[in-house]
Order: sequence, then C-alpha cells, then structure tokens
Amino acid sequence: MIDDLRILIHQGRQYIGDITAVKLPESFRGRPVISQIPVNGPELVELCPTGAISNEPFTIDLGKCVFCGECAFARPDKIRFTQDYRMATNVRDGLLVKEGEDRPIQVNAAGIRKEITRFFRGSLKLRQVCAGGDNSCETELNACSNVNFDMGRFGIEFVASPRHADGIVITGPISENMADPLQLTYDAIPDPKIIILAGSEAISGGIFAGSPALNRSFLDKYRIDLFVPGNPVHPLTFINGVLALIGKGK
Amino acid sequence: MDHMTILNNQCIPMGDIPELNYGDFLHLNTQLVLQQGNHCVNYYGFPAAGKIKLICCMADDSAHTLKISSALLAEVGPDRLSSFTARHLSFHAFERELHEVFAIEYADHPWLKPLRYAFNRKHQQNRIENYPFYRIDSEELHEVGVGPVHAGVIEPGHFRFICSGEQILHLETQLGYQHRGIEPLFLSKKNLLQQTILAESIAGDTVAGHTTAFVNIRESLSGDIPADEWSFARAIALEMERMANHTGGLSAICADIGYQLGAAVFGRLRSPLINFMQQWCGNRFSKGLIRAGKNNFPFTGELGAKLGSLLDAFEPDFTEMFQTMKSLPTVMARLEKTGVLTREQAESIGAVGMAARSSGINRDIRSSHPSGLYAQLNHQAVVKHHGDVYSRIRIRSDEIHQSMGYIRQWLREIPLRVTPDPIIQKPAPGLFSISLVEGWRGEICHCGITDKNGAWMHYKIKDPSMNNWLAMALAVRNNEISDFPLCNKSFDLSYCGHDL
Repeated sequence: MIDDLRILIHQGRQYIGDITAVKLPESFRGRPVISQIPVNGPELVELCPTGAISNEPFTIDLGKCVFCGECAFARPDKIRFTQDYRMATNVRDGLLVKEGEDRPIQVNAAGIRKEITRFFRGSLKLRQVCAGGDNSCETELNACSNVNFDMGRFGIEFVASPRHADGIVITGPISENMADPLQLTYDAIPDPKIIILAGSEAISGGIFAGSPALNRSFLDKYRIDLFVPGNPVHPLTFINGVLALIGKGK
Repeated sequence: MDHMTILNNQCIPMGDIPELNYGDFLHLNTQLVLQQGNHCVNYYGFPAAGKIKLICCMADDSAHTLKISSALLAEVGPDRLSSFTARHLSFHAFERELHEVFAIEYADHPWLKPLRYAFNRKHQQNRIENYPFYRIDSEELHEVGVGPVHAGVIEPGHFRFICSGEQILHLETQLGYQHRGIEPLFLSKKNLLQQTILAESIAGDTVAGHTTAFVNIRESLSGDIPADEWSFARAIALEMERMANHTGGLSAICADIGYQLGAAVFGRLRSPLINFMQQWCGNRFSKGLIRAGKNNFPFTGELGAKLGSLLDAFEPDFTEMFQTMKSLPTVMARLEKTGVLTREQAESIGAVGMAARSSGINRDIRSSHPSGLYAQLNHQAVVKHHGDVYSRIRIRSDEIHQSMGYIRQWLREIPLRVTPDPIIQKPAPGLFSISLVEGWRGEICHCGITDKNGAWMHYKIKDPSMNNWLAMALAVRNNEISDFPLCNKSFDLSYCGHDL
C-alpha cells in the first residue's frame, strides 16, 4: 500500500491538461505549408514516395502523405512541415493542402450527420479493426487511452465488441484477407454508426497503394465520417479530430 | 565446397553460391543444424528461368559466420520431395511457405498447411476462411475460436483451441490476415525512398530493426561503408526501440492480469522514450530516421544531454515499479510457471530472440554476428532458464537496464556530423547480400539479390515472429484458457511481420 502511494507520488500528474493546446517539438511533421516559390514541380512529384504531391496546382494530399519529410529536405524554401497536429477532417478534399495556404484543417460542422452530435457527444464507443496495419497506428490508438492523453475523460473509448460500439476505426490499407472480417465487424455494429479512417494507409493505402494483396472495396460502399492523417496518427491528431466530430472540439 | 562461408552484411556474387542437387542440399543443411551453435536464419525460394532456386542460410554463432548453399528444383511435378522439417522441425515454417508459393509437395512434412494465404499462392482455391484446423471429435473436448478481430486494439490473427474444460490441450495459430504483399513491392517500387518506407512499414513497432537490415544490405551492395554517424544513429534507435517496446510490453502484461498500477505506470514510462525519438527525428516510431547513405537528423550534443537526463529520470521510476510488481504474490502467482516453453521445445522449433533466451538458449545477433557499434561492445546476452511468463518478464527488465547502459556508454562519444551527405552509389549487379539485426523481439534477416542492372531481382524478409509463433502455441498447452492473453502478450509477436 505504502509502495503504491510512493509510486503514485513519484509519477505526479501525468494527464495533459488541455489536449487542444499542446505544443509539439519543432521536429514534429504536422500540417505542411507550401510557399509560392516557383519550383520544378514534376521533380517533387517524382520524389514523393506515395504520389501525395501533385503539380498545377501544387498540392500535398495528406491522405497519401506518409510524412517522411523528404520533400521538405529537398526544397526547404518550398515545403515546411509545421507543428500543427490538428489535421483530421470529415471531407476528403479537406486533406489537400494547396500552395500559398496556411490555414488549419478543420472538421466541416455542416457536414456532420445530425445523429453524431445528438447521440455521441457525451459518449462514443469505438471498435477498432486493424486491416493490415503495421502496429504503429494501433499502438498510438492505444496511447489515446493512456494516462497522458486519456481520451476516456471525454467519454471516448475503445470497446471489445462491435455490438457495444457506436462506430468503427479502421487502420491499415485493408488487406484482401481482412476484407471479410472487416465487413462482418462493421455489420455487427448497431445503427447509427460512424466510420473513422486512421492513418495514411487506411485513407489511401499509403505505401501499399496498388498492391495486389489489398481489397479496399469496403470503402466504396459507405460515407466516411472522419479522416485522420498520419504515419502513424499522433494521439493528439486523433483525439482532437474525434472531439471536433462529436461537437466537443474548440 | 558445398557452401559459401560469409559474414553478416557481406555480399557475394550470386554465382559463387554452390548449387547442389536437392538430396545433397537437404543433407548438408539438416546436418549443419544439428551442430552446436548453428541455426537456420532463412530458407526460401524464388523463380529462376522457369525453375525454382532454393537458398538456405545457416548461422554459425560460435564462428560468427553464415553458411549459404543453394539448390535448383526443376518444374514442380507430382514427385514429392523429402522435407527438411521431417529431420529438424526448425525448418517447418520455411517449407510451408515454399509449399504455399510454389506448390512444392513434401512427402513427409508433418504440418504442411497454408502459411499466409499470400496473394501469389499457387493454390488460389485455398481461402483464409477454410484453413484446415487440427480437430478432435470428442464428447469431452470443445473448440474455442478467437479472432481475427481481437478484443483489444491489436493486430488480427486466429487462434483455435482444443480445450478440456478450462484447460488448453492444443492451440493452432492461423495467420495471414495482415498480408500486404510486401516482398514483391520491393521489386515493383523502383526508387530507394519507396523501398525504405516499405522497410519501415514491415512492422511499425520494429522500424529501427527492419530498416537497419534494409539499409545494411543496400549499403553492402553498393560498397558504401556506413559513416560512424549513421552507425551511431542506428544503434541508438535500435536500443531505444527495444526499451520502448519492452516497457510497453510490461504495461500490456500488467493490464492482462488486472494489475492496474503496473499497466498505468509502465504505460506512461514508454512516453518519454518515444517522445525523445519524436524530438530527434519527428516521429515516435523512428519513421524517417534511418536512410541508406545518409542521416537526415543529426544527433547533437544537446540531444545527447536530453537523452541522458531522460534515462536518469526513467531508471528510478522503472526500477521502483518493477520491484513493487515482483513483490506482489498475486502478480507472481499469475506469472510464475505459466506458459512454460522448455529449452528442448525452443531448440527443436528454432526459436529466436527473447523467446529463445527466456528458455535458456543463448541466441542474440548482437553477440553472434555483431555489426556497427555492436562490433566493439562484446555484448553478453541476457538468458533466463525457466521459460515461463515470468522469465519473459525478467528478460525485458534486464534488457531495459542493459540497453540503458549501452546508450549511456555511446553517448560519451557522439560522432561528428558528416557533411555534406555523400551520394550513395548504385548497387552492383548479380550480388547476394544478407543482413541480420537483433530487433527487440529477436533476429531479423533480410536477403537481397540484384539483377544484371543492379535492381532487385528478389528480396526476402524474415521477421523473428516467423520462428516464434509456434513457440507461443506450445507454451500455452496445459494452461488455463484464461491465461492465454497473458501468454500471448508475454511473447508479444508480430502478426504483420509474419504475414508481410
């Protein structure tokens, strides 16, 4: 008992007070800003490993970006990754960062289904399905529930059974072998339910896009409620995105 | 000579690897594996002009060398081959893969079943939902199926138990759900950056391990000697990865036995370790850090001071929590004598890494085939002897302290930055190269072969989980099924590393 108290005292306060106001180190690669400086567009398009960069207009698609930072190393005067971790949005096009833009990526409030705010604002239970994920997104999603990030204080938690869930969080590029289990899990969740895609692999396939071992047809069938970019998603990106979706964001 | 003897990270002309007839190839390798200190690190095949070229890589840990041999199989006909596995079980997974991809039929493989349901499997009619589980028709026994989707936020796999009441008599693990077709992608993605990111994505909790193996091979093939600065970065990242995953593993194990304080404290102790990686290279998992021929993120004296203080703060908190945990009878009752893997079992199936070392086998690439900073370290592997869950917990704690010691030692001599970054050369054609790295779970083995243009003709990845999944299945026998999550977590194997 005394040992336990001593440990608790040594640990001190572990939770992050204001989850919306954390400052991450400069090295963190969050939302990029693209300057108007003219560059050899096709060269940078070619450099990007996942085809996230397009030219005319010069754009970075955060749904494909794996945040490797090589484009910023090649042309630091053109591309700079900021420390802004708030990158989640409910509109796929919202992930396209255009040349000359430096504004936060936001969840479009008008686009949120009424049921979401009505039913899930106070309590959101999520069933996660790893569909070919490499375990980094899964580890970060687990970190969302740890004593530092503690998303449980907002009523958001992962549950074991899809029957108890309000929505599904998909990580990984969706392998062929997980296509059926993913569908079965989704079907088992009662309505109303939401779909969250966490990580570049889930949103676009990431580095695996085009692999013959994938089957992403599940995503053609349903409307996606939240896209959370990252490689892997940072817990702050995920939590702030979900808070905005359920109407608790700032 | 019936084999080539090389060193870790060395490359040789493909033509220098002796090509034997299958019978001699079988005899050579099944004899080599019986010798003390030898084990198979990789055994695989690839298509070669309408035939199948087989390559076997045998490690001699005492001599610190690798013995490479090969054979060429003609068109696979109805004739069934004698298997390596019938002579030594440690080859079982490799031959299951050969059977799956090439439809090589073995006359005497004891467990010839699908391994991954790879997209390029020969028998396309084999579907992952129809895996032929071992069954017993009995009134007294029942089957329990778990997965692929599991209760926690973890990777998918299916576990089929045969139980007598609460007691597990048999567990069969069936994987393949995470198969993304990585190895062919190394060939189809032509540029180095794409391949590096693929290497980072093999197993996202082992970024430093797998990416180091990849860049080792790439640098070996182009004759680029890694600068001290890069070797330093890779070693620090590898040991930080070991510490972070071991700490996280202890947290998960505590959660599985309902020890909330341990789960919370070990869980939060992981944060400063991975946040340091974020401070250094912008990513909590070291993605972006390790590159062939360069280092994007210099390790400054300032970072060194930060890491030093971080470890100074980590150590007492970790030690205090661990001491408290092991003083609790209710915790120890769950951990001791649970999930025992005997030394004989571990030897027979070719277990590697932590799973092997917890059962008394001294097998660690950092001592047997060291490279980079490990070459001067004279690493003494941590070995435990009871093979139970507690052994696998003790080994994590001991390795955490050991890794801290190494990092502190290396921090006393931070190498100077190499500027500007040299341009990495093109890989030479027609070469075979192998790299072994001791990842936090165990030995990672990458083998690359270049074609006449210096591009990849073939790339083979072996994650330690390929060897060790069977260890977990054996360890749970005769334990209560309620101890399964604990046993599984004590091994903490990779699904995606196995499935590729």
